[in-house]
Amino acid sequence: MDLSAINPVLLIASLMVAATPLLLAAIGELVVERAGVLNLGVEGMMIIGAISGFAIAVETTSPMVGLVAAMIAGAVLSLLFAFLTQFALANQVASGLALTLFGLGLSALMGQSYVGIKPPAMAKLDIPVLSDIPVLGPILFSHDPVLYIGLALTAAVYWFLKKSRGGLILRAVGESHDAAHALGYNVIRVRILAIMFGGACAGLGGAYISLIRVPQWTEGMTAGVGWIALALVVFASWKPWRVLLGAYLFGGINVLQLNLQAAGIAIPVEYLAMSPYLITILVLVIMSADKSGAPASLGRTFHASQ
Amino acid sequence: MKLTKLLTSAAVALGLATSAMADDKTKVGFVYVGPVGDGGWTYEHNKGRLAVEEHFGDKVETTFVESVPEGADAERVITQMALQGADLIFTTSFGYMDPTINVAKKFPKVKFEHATGYKQADNVSVYSARFYEGRAVQGHIAGKMTKTNKIGYIASFPIPEVIRGINSAYIHAKKVNPDVEFSIIWAYTWFDPAKEADAAKALIEQGADVILQHTDSTAPQAAAQAAGNVVTFGQASDMGEYAPFPRVSSIIDDWAPYYIARTQAVMDGSWESVSTWDGIGAGMVGIGEISDAVPADVKAEALALVESLADGSYHAFTGPLNKQDGTPWLAEGETAQDYGDDGLAGMNFYLEGITAEIPN
Repeated sequence: MDLSAINPVLLIASLMVAATPLLLAAIGELVVERAGVLNLGVEGMMIIGAISGFAIAVETTSPMVGLVAAMIAGAVLSLLFAFLTQFALANQVASGLALTLFGLGLSALMGQSYVGIKPPAMAKLDIPVLSDIPVLGPILFSHDPVLYIGLALTAAVYWFLKKSRGGLILRAVGESHDAAHALGYNVIRVRILAIMFGGACAGLGGAYISLIRVPQWTEGMTAGVGWIALALVVFASWKPWRVLLGAYLFGGINVLQLNLQAAGIAIPVEYLAMSPYLITILVLVIMSADKSGAPASLGRTFHASQ
Repeated sequence: MKLTKLLTSAAVALGLATSAMADDKTKVGFVYVGPVGDGGWTYEHNKGRLAVEEHFGDKVETTFVESVPEGADAERVITQMALQGADLIFTTSFGYMDPTINVAKKFPKVKFEHATGYKQADNVSVYSARFYEGRAVQGHIAGKMTKTNKIGYIASFPIPEVIRGINSAYIHAKKVNPDVEFSIIWAYTWFDPAKEADAAKALIEQGADVILQHTDSTAPQAAAQAAGNVVTFGQASDMGEYAPFPRVSSIIDDWAPYYIARTQAVMDGSWESVSTWDGIGAGMVGIGEISDAVPADVKAEALALVESLADGSYHAFTGPLNKQDGTPWLAEGETAQDYGDDGLAGMNFYLEGITAEIPN
């Protein structure tokens, strides 16, 4: 065992990277669920974002364009879900699962000619003085821009849901779509916008994996992050800051357990491997001991005539 | 009533027609643990499948199911394949062992071939490649190339195949560089690019400058490339897109000749349950080109090692070798047995010098 081999600064820096795709996908899904829609297609939208972003970034040699394309692709795919659930009034669980399966298949098809290609590198933030500060520099000031976007998005979603009129309407739609409808709000429109936001976030999260974290394209490369994001939203009681905490905990313990293994620590590997899931669930369950429940209309279909 | 009767008989006729048609062709099914585009393990199995198609043309019909989880799901997929009339089914991951045996009991006429396992039955063959021979070559190069004397190893699951690889790489690295140390991370997955990348980064951050992987994606290669001064090896497939650096060589699995031979055996009716375990000599394990990033003398030594492994003049596990706890395993000049107690097939112990512990 040699704990001194673990550099805490590098550890924190890489846990932030590991947590970002999860955070992006979860924060998008949080908004969707607060609007009363359960979209189980996060994994599908992520993987579509991953390949679209990758392909566009390779073709245009600009990672930024790739990221934007990934958001658009995720949002477009989510429109399919929106159409099925909001107009065709299909079951949300089934539609979401179908979206994931569809996304995984379509991404494999789209990615056929992109296996083994290296994407253009995303420049890291490099602020002359700040990035050189010994400990804080690597942790706070020398990441890729998307990581900061993830944090900013969390703050923005918190502000939007809590402080803005639009957020109030969205929450009203999620709690009681009949009441919101009676007040004259367009339930369907609010939900479609929320679904598209969720799709764009998931797409961005997927592209973060394929363009920055790994970076390369392989089939099925999101490997279940979308499902973890879904679980995280529930365990975080639909609250943005808890999603952030959960994502960083999960990403952090995952990176930490790999580092502990590499350092040869004497804890059995099985415990290390399950620790991210256990600890994240435990912390969030303890925190959700207050009375915050799911949005009351979550998963229920709405039609103005009913 | 009449209509349904008509439809039923039509369906029956159709069913008969298709099954009659199917009789002409030999149906071969493949079950994959990862996606065919993983660039590693499954990619090579799929290349073997395509080679079967090319070799036999219209006489065979191949099907495959990819990304099948090891466990109960695999049993369902294999059963489905057998029900659809497959004559020969290749199940290409260690974790399919029990599912394959279970399904094989229910379909005595279907032939099964399970990769890297050790449970045989009348209609189940096992086949594997001696990857540890390739690991010996990697270990040799790794021991010579490392400057920090720390070698990182991304392992998948604690099964004999993986443990053999770690042992083989370790003793050959140690032989050329007595100061070498192995850091081993168990990823508990065959294929998860993000996790593999994280594991590679963790190893690199802790000072490893050579990364060996027993997982199937190219993500560790990309992580090494980003780090700039870290050596890697292709796993299961050449991963040549990362040559000449960081990927300096590779282990390539070549299943095509075996798959063609076994399909032929089913066609001839000469198929028997066998246990095949071939290495570099038989061509089942290939060593990818050693790139120019490796110094010429090291390359020459590595090639000589490949040669001696291929012609059988050298065995990758030749004594004196002790187990991790210091008890003797092989005496001076003795080579490891394939089967039996302490045989290679069931290897579940590290060799002396490795400081980590095998998870149980």
